[in-house]
Amino acid sequence: MARKILLTALSVLALAVLCCSAVAADGARLKLATTTSLQDTGLLDLVKEKFDEKYNVSLDVVSGGTGIAIQYGERGDVDALLVHDKERELKFIKDGHGLERRCIAYNYFYIIGPKDDPAGIKDMNASQAFAVIMEKGKANANKVKFVSRGDNSGTHSREKQLWKKAGLNYSQVNSSGPWYIDAGQGMGATLNLANEKQGYTLTDMSTFMAYQGNLTLVPLIEGGSDLLNVYVAIAVNPAKHPGVNCTLANQFIDFLVSNEGQDLIAGYGKEKFGRALFSPARGNCTLIGCSDGECAAPTAASCAAA
Amino acid sequence: MQEIWGGFVRAIDLIITLNAQVVEITTRSLYISLSSAFLAAVICVPLGGLIEFHSFRGKKILVNLIQTLYSLPTVTVGLIVFLLISRSGPLGSLGLLFSPWGMVFGQAILVSPIMIGLTVTALAAVSPQIKDTARSLGATEIQIIVTVINEARQAVMAAVLLGFGRALSEVGVAMMIGGNIRGYTRVLTTSIALETSMGNLELSMALGMILISISLVINLLLNRVQGR
Amino acid sequence: MRMAFLEITDLRKTARQGQSLVDILKGINLTVQRGEVLALIGPTGSGKTTLLRQIGLLDGPTGGRIIFDGVSMAGAGERALLQARRRMAMVFQKPVMFRGSVQGNVSFGLKVRGRNDGERVRSALHAVGLSGYEERDAATLSGGEMQRIALARALVLQPELLLLDEPTANLDPKSAKSIDGIIQSLASENITVIMATHNMQQCRKLADRVAVLLGGRLVKLGRPDEVFGDREVCDQMLCSSDGI
Repeated sequence: MARKILLTALSVLALAVLCCSAVAADGARLKLATTTSLQDTGLLDLVKEKFDEKYNVSLDVVSGGTGIAIQYGERGDVDALLVHDKERELKFIKDGHGLERRCIAYNYFYIIGPKDDPAGIKDMNASQAFAVIMEKGKANANKVKFVSRGDNSGTHSREKQLWKKAGLNYSQVNSSGPWYIDAGQGMGATLNLANEKQGYTLTDMSTFMAYQGNLTLVPLIEGGSDLLNVYVAIAVNPAKHPGVNCTLANQFIDFLVSNEGQDLIAGYGKEKFGRALFSPARGNCTLIGCSDGECAAPTAASCAAA
Repeated sequence: MQEIWGGFVRAIDLIITLNAQVVEITTRSLYISLSSAFLAAVICVPLGGLIEFHSFRGKKILVNLIQTLYSLPTVTVGLIVFLLISRSGPLGSLGLLFSPWGMVFGQAILVSPIMIGLTVTALAAVSPQIKDTARSLGATEIQIIVTVINEARQAVMAAVLLGFGRALSEVGVAMMIGGNIRGYTRVLTTSIALETSMGNLELSMALGMILISISLVINLLLNRVQGR
Repeated sequence: MRMAFLEITDLRKTARQGQSLVDILKGINLTVQRGEVLALIGPTGSGKTTLLRQIGLLDGPTGGRIIFDGVSMAGAGERALLQARRRMAMVFQKPVMFRGSVQGNVSFGLKVRGRNDGERVRSALHAVGLSGYEERDAATLSGGEMQRIALARALVLQPELLLLDEPTANLDPKSAKSIDGIIQSLASENITVIMATHNMQQCRKLADRVAVLLGGRLVKLGRPDEVFGDREVCDQMLCSSDGI
């Protein structure tokens, strides 16, 4: 009997503790779904630190590819997104799930590969290089391989666009032989895999920089409008998803586009990697294909209007 | 080999110096998995009792089904619970997704079959004469169930411990439901997955060693509980 | 004539044994008065234990009915059954102990009734000759000690009806004698005792009446001298092996 009472008491205690913590946790939490690159590089840890302190809230970062991040947004499971896939961003907003695009930062994708460049793609443009990698890979998959994210992320999206630009049909490309390796993982894991296999891959610059220490692969093609990589923040539309915290989401986006936020982004990585990993959108709006409105601070009206 | 050794040494260092991050993640892991084990136990042990003490059509099939679910893939549970508690799901209004609560809920579901099934087995092993004796001495039906559970308490305890071990070491539910949010839902297993993918092998190894140590302690407890 | 304490009418019990159904009790008619000591005798498999379990309301009958102190138990609800059960107690042939101390075992029936009375536990232990055993771990007792603790566990409830299944079968002669003494003293307290036994001497000494079961039927019922004087019964009942 004593045992029974003890067990019951312990369970009640556990539940009580749980209740309390849950209530406390429900204070102010902003749930942000983000592309892996912003998280894995550590930028968001820094942003979280400053933002949490300034607004006395907790920024909860759920990291995944742009694909899953947008899914979370479409289900109303997060309050805001940080993604990098213009086509899907526009569709997300058009379908009524998001308020508006806010351009936060940019950098470039790299095509990286083994130092000796077995396919000989150095100094080609991105789509040309893809075509060559496929041709050489099909000829000899032992020498030339390509590792794809294969996870519906923003980077994977860009890869598909590049195959298309090279005049190739993606569904044929990814089933055309062992030279094409479908990783199905985040950028970091994909970089490690490409390194193990000594294959080519498409990566965002910032993740590559953050992982460079563990890699023997080198950047072979960088820059060019084909490889421009723009990070965008979108608040989830409260009219469509009543559970979301739109005010806090807008506060967060305001913070990112403010001078303070842009300075954080501009400075990030200089100490650790010797150069900035991201360029702030501020002042480069036209260059990165964003409208002035998409770079300005969001009007406070966005939540109310919706 | 040198990498493994170096990582090992660094991992030991992280543990014995009580690295803040390591301590924090370990504490959260224990706290969440203990909560889910408790939640599951409070529901599953009486449920196991109900199943064992009642004869009904399809009981054998039910028990078989429960035993089949012992090895329920964690990602499947993760997916189902995700669909349930996502804002667009039937329990969406509770706002459980990406919270420790959601993880507790998901892990409790994950370990339920083990707890129910092993409770049934444990209670079935109690001599039927215990039930008769208790009844003949004037116990009510509920008192009889409590008596039998008490007789089997070591085996029932083992069921709960096994459930706790599974909750602690699973990664599917923790990742999909918790979202691996730093300082909020990041636990040992999701940290190991993340840190490994980020190439922070030393931290991964330290966390992995802690996880193994905890499993070891659970196992020792299990042996103690069962061996007496 | 006053109302019988226990009235059993055409009691039948069919049970599944492996693949087949077996009739264990084939229509038992029996009336027991308050304060009576009734011995059930019969060879192994004749249905003694099954009949005791029926009277103890542990299993439902296949047919027939039991009227306990004027209340029919046929189709009675769980509450009524519990109430009736709480006026009786049963000691099984090979008793099991609950996990824990002797104290915990003996006080079990009191605890489920929401009472716990250390004094009664002490006196019940004294009655079975195991004073001072309170703190012993029940699992460490010998077979004979368990048998006596089981009796104490029943006696502590001061039941109106005590059901005993071979109460002295596992005991040494000395302990058996003390148990017999307890049963005798119960009779003087107007407690009804129904006991199954193989021991004919015990029958003769303790029982007011003896019921002979054979193949699930009650073949003879009467005072011990009547029953044991019956040559036919004696032949079937292996009288000789018990030295009668």
